[in-house]
Amino acid sequence: MMDFDEALEQFDPALGLEVHVELNTATKMFCGCPAAFGGEPNTHVCPTCLGLPGSMPVVNGKAVESAIRIGLALNCSIAEWCRFARKNYFYPDMPKNFQTSQYDEPIAFDGYLDVDVEGETFRVEIERAHMEEDTGKSTHVGGTTGRIHGAEYSLVDYNRAGIPLIEIVTRPIVGAGVKAPLVARAYVQQLRDLILALGVSEARMDQGNLRADVNLSLAPKGSDRLGTRSETKNVNSFRSVERAVRYEISRHAAILAAGDAVVQETRHWHEDTGITTSGREKSDAEDYRYFPEPDLVPVAPSAQWVEELRGTLPENPTAKRARLQAEWGFSDLEMRDTVGAGALGLVEETIAAGAAPQAARKWWLSELARRANEEGVELSDLAITPAQVARIQALVDEGKVNDKLARQVFDGVLAGEGEPDAVVEARGLAIVSDDGALSAAVDDAIAANPDVAEKIRGGKVAAAGALIGAVMKQMRGQADAGRVRELILEKLGAGEG
Amino acid sequence: MSDITRDEVAHLADLARIDLSEAEIDKLAPQLAVILEAIDSIADVATDDIPPTSHAVPLTNVFREDVVRPGLTAEQALAGAPATEDQRFLVPRILGED
Amino acid sequence: MSDLTRRSAAELAAALADGETSSVELTRAHLDRIAAVDGAVHAYLHVDAEGALAAARESDERRARGESASRLDGVPIAVKDVLTTVGMPTTCGSRILEGWVPPYDATVVARLRAGGLPLLGKTNMDEFAMGSSTEHSAYGPTHNPWDLERIPGGSGGGSAAAVSAFAAPLALGTDTGGSIRQPAAVTGSVGVKPTYGGISRYGLVAMANSLDQVGPVTRTVLDAALLHELIGGHDPLDSTSIDQPVPDVVGAAEQGATGDLRGLRVGVVKELTGEGYQAGVQQRFDETVALLVEAGAEVVEVSCPHFVHALAAYYLIMPSEASSNLARFDAMRYGLRVEPEGVEAPSAEEVMRATRDAGFGDEVKRRIILGTYALSSGYYDAYYGRAQQIRTLISRDFAAAFEQADVLVSPTAPTTAFKLGEKLDDPLAMYLNDLATIPANLAGVPGISVPAGLADGLPVGFQVLAPALADDRVYRVGAAVETALTGRWGGPLLDQAPALPTTEVAR
Repeated sequence: MMDFDEALEQFDPALGLEVHVELNTATKMFCGCPAAFGGEPNTHVCPTCLGLPGSMPVVNGKAVESAIRIGLALNCSIAEWCRFARKNYFYPDMPKNFQTSQYDEPIAFDGYLDVDVEGETFRVEIERAHMEEDTGKSTHVGGTTGRIHGAEYSLVDYNRAGIPLIEIVTRPIVGAGVKAPLVARAYVQQLRDLILALGVSEARMDQGNLRADVNLSLAPKGSDRLGTRSETKNVNSFRSVERAVRYEISRHAAILAAGDAVVQETRHWHEDTGITTSGREKSDAEDYRYFPEPDLVPVAPSAQWVEELRGTLPENPTAKRARLQAEWGFSDLEMRDTVGAGALGLVEETIAAGAAPQAARKWWLSELARRANEEGVELSDLAITPAQVARIQALVDEGKVNDKLARQVFDGVLAGEGEPDAVVEARGLAIVSDDGALSAAVDDAIAANPDVAEKIRGGKVAAAGALIGAVMKQMRGQADAGRVRELILEKLGAGEG
Repeated sequence: MSDITRDEVAHLADLARIDLSEAEIDKLAPQLAVILEAIDSIADVATDDIPPTSHAVPLTNVFREDVVRPGLTAEQALAGAPATEDQRFLVPRILGED
Repeated sequence: MSDLTRRSAAELAAALADGETSSVELTRAHLDRIAAVDGAVHAYLHVDAEGALAAARESDERRARGESASRLDGVPIAVKDVLTTVGMPTTCGSRILEGWVPPYDATVVARLRAGGLPLLGKTNMDEFAMGSSTEHSAYGPTHNPWDLERIPGGSGGGSAAAVSAFAAPLALGTDTGGSIRQPAAVTGSVGVKPTYGGISRYGLVAMANSLDQVGPVTRTVLDAALLHELIGGHDPLDSTSIDQPVPDVVGAAEQGATGDLRGLRVGVVKELTGEGYQAGVQQRFDETVALLVEAGAEVVEVSCPHFVHALAAYYLIMPSEASSNLARFDAMRYGLRVEPEGVEAPSAEEVMRATRDAGFGDEVKRRIILGTYALSSGYYDAYYGRAQQIRTLISRDFAAAFEQADVLVSPTAPTTAFKLGEKLDDPLAMYLNDLATIPANLAGVPGISVPAGLADGLPVGFQVLAPALADDRVYRVGAAVETALTGRWGGPLLDQAPALPTTEVAR
């Protein structure tokens, strides 16, 4: 492994990202079986998605619509005429031993996504977006790891077979240099935001409805050839995307610097150990023998339909970011940090639920970001919703809790104890607003700290801090510090002028 | 165009996942060579600018509504299976990365 | 009452309507006939007496109530074993699907059931429809009722033999390169391939998706029309099915039967006659063309120069599609599972390979390898790609010919039925049987084969082709030929077939 920075001094990385989006249609790509998540094994199947002899596919019009919208949102040209093709290979999770996909006639092609990377715009060119179907799911039995190696046999469930996928493929991303890992991560994150805004998928990496394969190659600095690439799979989070790119850069660099050749292969990312290991050789021996799917007729979206769909697109992401920044009054740095943390959508929703922009940003980027880091998950995977965050802020605004107590409310919500109000209730976190109780606590603190009280009486108002601390401790934090201070100063005759 | 060798036949059998015996390959290769030779005549046909036909019918845009249609029960789906376990198809150990 | 099994389906439908017979009686008569002759003919792979009689009873009950499910309600039918049938095995003539009972009906089978036709059973075929003689069935060949030492044609030899042995009044077949029409020709029966997309393929185990079609196999043209009308038409489960009403094929058959063909232009395809065609076949063809002239048609010679490449194009396109279609037979979800010998704990891959080697016959393996080759990288453009271009040229030839003629005619097959075993060692010689039938599949146009007479005591077929969507024309002309010839013969050609040896039917 070569040090990352050293690697970037000698080599230029070229990235390629293939992202699969699982659509949220009600039914599968080529049959009327439910595309729903879960369900007892082999209960969402029919002759077509099981590939039974004699079965035939029929295209889901809604999936075509989603594919076109994704293509348009990525500034692609939409094919006037295209076909499905068979990708032939054998694998037990493939009922027909070919995948019905698109080959040289994708429905969308030649587009781009402008990605915000640390405040700069980086244009990622999209080569194509095409429609295909998902495979079944195998679980491996026997062996020690539940993975394929060493397994005795496998059990296959075809519920997932045939669910619509859109594969989005970038052109080689060059010129990112040392920012390559960030660019990769930002691309996947912002692509995800776009997919969510389109409403065509849940797009959650942790649920497998957004999958990314990372391709990387290195070339000697200044060279215009592309090096041999490796493909890394099992990259299941935005963080993994970034880390996998960094790792592969270091790995390739070490090999090339030693004068060896990089093997063109598929590798497997391990999030726990932070390394990639070798998988299949991605060789030409796998000849997919593509040919047009004879059981399906061409898809020829009319110009009228495409324009109708163009009208349903969400706002352009770059324009949207500029608009939001202006609306929220964020500085460039604040905006950049928000986008970089993958929190843009979350902040937006939190504000929509009633929180002030700065408050929304504060919670997501500090408190919740810290927790996400601790748990090793993405912000969006935390067990709390923007609406709940907004509610907690509202409770602070109402004076029901203070910032410190609010953190405990977060604890409760994240632990699954319920809605913010319910957590406050159950844990007894509400600020005591009853002056009587506060007054008593203040008296106790004064009595327990006569020297400090003396100083305050003498005009050293700053010393009140210690007494406030004592009161807050006694009140278990459930007091409004400002009111406590007032009471202390009143009682000691040193009130503000 | 078509001198198909024994090795090529073996490779194709591999791609097609058929375990041909040596004897079968021996028999098949010359038969295929004869057939391919007969087919070779099409190499002489002028086909520049001729579009390929993948479908005899000039249909396009055949879609269905995104509405659930009743399918098979698990029992029906698994009925013909050589082996099952836990309502799933039991298949021998799979080699290679998933 | 004359032998029920000798009557046409239309006659039987009339007899049912008249109350002369019942569906149960009719079905039983055919089951008896099957028991008597199928030992020698071997048209059937599976006979479902119980199921057929149950459906027959329901038909009779309907009739008693004054209801009818269709014009053919109660008339029994045999189904080629390449179509899925709930409750009956669907083997496609292969070991790899031995005993496989599908959980769903093909659309055409569902329409038969909805129409009230009892299903007698499944008929024999070349394995996965690959062949022209039914000798490639894993379950033994079918024998031509005209001469039991001869082939009944293929791949649908079982269905053709069933109707020509009077072991079914109707049958369903499938035609990819002539598998309905060529068996019809060599057995003296009628077979129709509709316009591509005219009849649903859902439930038809695919060989070559862009070429396959289901069609009627019968003894008369009217029967074929009645069956075509029942099973044809749009199917939302088949994306390639035509969304238009079935042409009035019954009306066309009835009209053609009047024998008046004035105003019709008939094109004789130069490339589909002459050299390569058995002398007797050519003679019967020429005589039949003369009959058309007598009936008032105008005959012209047309040339379709690219037809000489049709065989080559077909034997590239069909194996390519088939190689992909047959990949699903891998021992994982249904069908045969064979473990390799001497391997402990074999992998899925090893089981797949061993199963496919054990479960597929020679012809199937040949075509899978051929198709894999034609699609492989580096070869696609020269083979599959080029064949698809030839296909365009053939379609254009048809289009040009149909400017000059309303229908095109040719002998259906170059020879009469050859002997079993005669062409088994020469795959190429076997493929030549499809010379005249293949062009229609490549272009998707409809075609019919009707009996044209005998040559050396064996049946010869006359083929009529029409433009896509003009299926009614082939029925009109086919019916006219049938009327003229049966008039000459004093009855259907099949009346001249030798009697079959029968096995005693235990009652």
